[in-house]
Amino acid sequence: MYQHDVLIIGAGLAGLRAAVEAARMGVDAAVITKVHPIRSHSNAAQGGINAPMTDRGDEWEGHALDTIKGSDYLADQDAVELMSREAGDAIIELEHMGVIFSRNEDGQLGTRRFGGQKVARTFYVGAITGSAMLQVLYEQAVKLDVNIYEEWFVSNLIIEDGACHGVMAMNIHTGELHMIRAKAVIMATGGAGRVFEPSTNALICTGEGLGLAYRAGAPLMDMEMIQYHPTTLAGSGILLSEAARGEGAYLLNSDGERFMKTYAPDYLELASRDVVSRSEQTEIDEGRGIDGNIHLDLRHLGRTFIEERLGYLQEVAVEFVGIDLADDPIPIRPGMHYIMGGIKTDVDGATEVPGLYAAGETANVSVHGGNRLGANSLLDTVVFGRRSAVAAAEYAKSAERFSSDESMLQSEQARYQALLDRPADLRASAVRRDMGESMVAGIGVYRDQNSIDAATAKIKELRGVYSRVAVDNKGKVFNTDLMSAIELDYMLDVAQAVCAGADARKESRGAHFRTDMPDRDDENWLKHTLVYKDGDGSRVETNDVTITDWTPIERVY
Amino acid sequence: MEQTLRVKRYDPENPGSAGYQEYTVEVTDTTTILDALLTVREEMDGTLSMRCSCRASICGSCAMRVNGQAKLVCKTRVNSVAPDGETITIDPAGNMPVIKDLVVEFKPFWDKMRAITPYLQPEGEVPEAEYLASDDEMVHLVGVVNCIQCGACVSDCTVLEVDSSFLGPAALAKAYRFVKDPRDGHQKDRLGALNESSGVWDCTRCMQCVEVCPKDVNPMGRIMAMRDLAMEVGYNNTSGSRHTESFARTVKKNGRLDETRLAVDSMGIFNIPALLAEAPVGLRAIRKGKFPWKAHKSSEPNKVKRVFEKIEGE
Repeated sequence: MYQHDVLIIGAGLAGLRAAVEAARMGVDAAVITKVHPIRSHSNAAQGGINAPMTDRGDEWEGHALDTIKGSDYLADQDAVELMSREAGDAIIELEHMGVIFSRNEDGQLGTRRFGGQKVARTFYVGAITGSAMLQVLYEQAVKLDVNIYEEWFVSNLIIEDGACHGVMAMNIHTGELHMIRAKAVIMATGGAGRVFEPSTNALICTGEGLGLAYRAGAPLMDMEMIQYHPTTLAGSGILLSEAARGEGAYLLNSDGERFMKTYAPDYLELASRDVVSRSEQTEIDEGRGIDGNIHLDLRHLGRTFIEERLGYLQEVAVEFVGIDLADDPIPIRPGMHYIMGGIKTDVDGATEVPGLYAAGETANVSVHGGNRLGANSLLDTVVFGRRSAVAAAEYAKSAERFSSDESMLQSEQARYQALLDRPADLRASAVRRDMGESMVAGIGVYRDQNSIDAATAKIKELRGVYSRVAVDNKGKVFNTDLMSAIELDYMLDVAQAVCAGADARKESRGAHFRTDMPDRDDENWLKHTLVYKDGDGSRVETNDVTITDWTPIERVY
Repeated sequence: MEQTLRVKRYDPENPGSAGYQEYTVEVTDTTTILDALLTVREEMDGTLSMRCSCRASICGSCAMRVNGQAKLVCKTRVNSVAPDGETITIDPAGNMPVIKDLVVEFKPFWDKMRAITPYLQPEGEVPEAEYLASDDEMVHLVGVVNCIQCGACVSDCTVLEVDSSFLGPAALAKAYRFVKDPRDGHQKDRLGALNESSGVWDCTRCMQCVEVCPKDVNPMGRIMAMRDLAMEVGYNNTSGSRHTESFARTVKKNGRLDETRLAVDSMGIFNIPALLAEAPVGLRAIRKGKFPWKAHKSSEPNKVKRVFEKIEGE
């Protein structure tokens, strides 16, 4: 029998940071992950991690204000304050653990500039910051001998008397289904990018963590806030880091003009991501694109600089599209990248379901509000990953017992068996593609009631045909076909929640820009949307944004 | 255009069916091998198992053999290996047991990573702020931290093929990352451990790891650098280190290599059991006329000596 005081689902930066904290606290903690920790999608974060370092004259208030303004005043200001205040220590701790951050001439940590901020406060490792951090947190987990269920797929939560008591999961190597009991569970499953097509996200970013919490009764908050990153490759949607613009790259339209001067005269290419993506989309829509793209131009930075500071970008450009960034501009466009929305938590990761915590992209604290600043996601993972572990460990101490109910495992087994027994009909991949393309079309950079209604109807239709999804693979060992079918079940829930949030918010704010309601409405909508699962559908409630020191004003870059 | 993939299949629940299966898919100039395999899995045959995730050469999931050589298939375009549409053969990564189809058991890989004490071990007082270090030292390490632990080097390592105890190129590259980290306080202990059997001296310098690494980590170069570092800090009592020194000494002296001397020096002149163990090789060499009874000499040994003096003087 498997049981732990604290079980962490997901081994990206939030999950591993939580695991390290729990191990330090001496609680019996374990991590369960469908891929090896090193394969987690945190490794794809490129540009860096923000932190105001007070010892070098960058006060936390500056970072907090930039974050709040970036969020279009939808972030909860108490949570942002906490993140900004803890940021400096978090960076130093990572450095002490072994992250090889770039340095300045004095041997101190060096910084680069990132979007939505005038101060260079982004700490980085070339263009592989996420990967470098993930490796180090995994090293620490190894050092602390954290118990890790590698390549186990969590397909359901154990919910008893309204509280979370662990998970049901398949060992991918054997196909066997097990109950893993826990007094507290931390959801650290990352984003849900694959609900959209294309997306910068890895194929594993299927968002079942969101779906699991949603079904357990936890509300998903501000799900309409979908970040479209300004610089992604056409077709595949592969990401080119904001670090390119942070280091001075230009965005050019078909006239070779730095068009951002029209939209964000002060910040230019380094305005907030929602602003830059909308500007690009407008240029493309008004006929100033280049085959439906915009040019990202790094040529003036020079080859040596590009290869040293942005090596991974050069690798992607050369390998995937055959373009040498030192010689030619590269065509890019806005692409789905990040979900600001997520499982509603308090500043300690607690959700509305007792025993269930969440941290990282899957959670919504909320520190990103309507639009996340580049390099704030890594900060979010380490700050709130740590805090959620402290709270979950405390909760576990007071929790009386482990669940003893075995019946849930049988119904979970029946769910798997039904998929395996169904004769060939629809493939999960076909439904997923249909869903993804409808979501980008309906809940895109620009949206309106018609597009939202169309996406909503499509998702409803696809939910209707889900019962016809069948798998080719009937085997036990490494049955990724079966996993995809189960993931799709949760992805459809996430898609539905995104549509519900988008439909509910009758204004434009941050990444949610409605061409039929183009203005921000602070009078009625300084509010979070909370989507609850309600029977086959959902119910949307709202909740006031926490405002402390920063009164919402017009947002200009 | 159409492209045929010949994919190795293996199902542990039906081992008799193991073999190659061909699939033909539509591809363009920019289609990667991973794209093609995903088309197979998603549109033709869901029974195909493989690991893949980021599609952008950063997660390290999809190393497999393409026409016999390890590659990260997400960053390998179809037309780069089959410019004229030749059939492409896909096998699972080598040197690791196959679980199913293109999925291999990575446990030995991760166990070796664990074996090199894979975390920073600073010594002395922990500073309040960051450790001070030069950017050059850190940028140098980025070259190794670039390793995504995909296992391509391990797949094609020719030593691992015959000796599974070898730590292997990936774990040794990882070890280098700590040996060269100015913040680590255990350089000598680390080198001491790596100096043992299965460590840095077991590499045969075949270059395969350098060739197949999709991230230019240069594992073999790191291994060679650690040999030098191990000798510099005083670990001279290995056959590898003696071999290196004897090699240099005889070339410096004669302008050419003295193979006999090399063998004796490497084993150690008083290491009778090891020398006896080498005797059959010596006898076979004599029989084939390949045993130089007298050391070869260069016609101009002084020129070689001057090269040595110049390098040593630098």
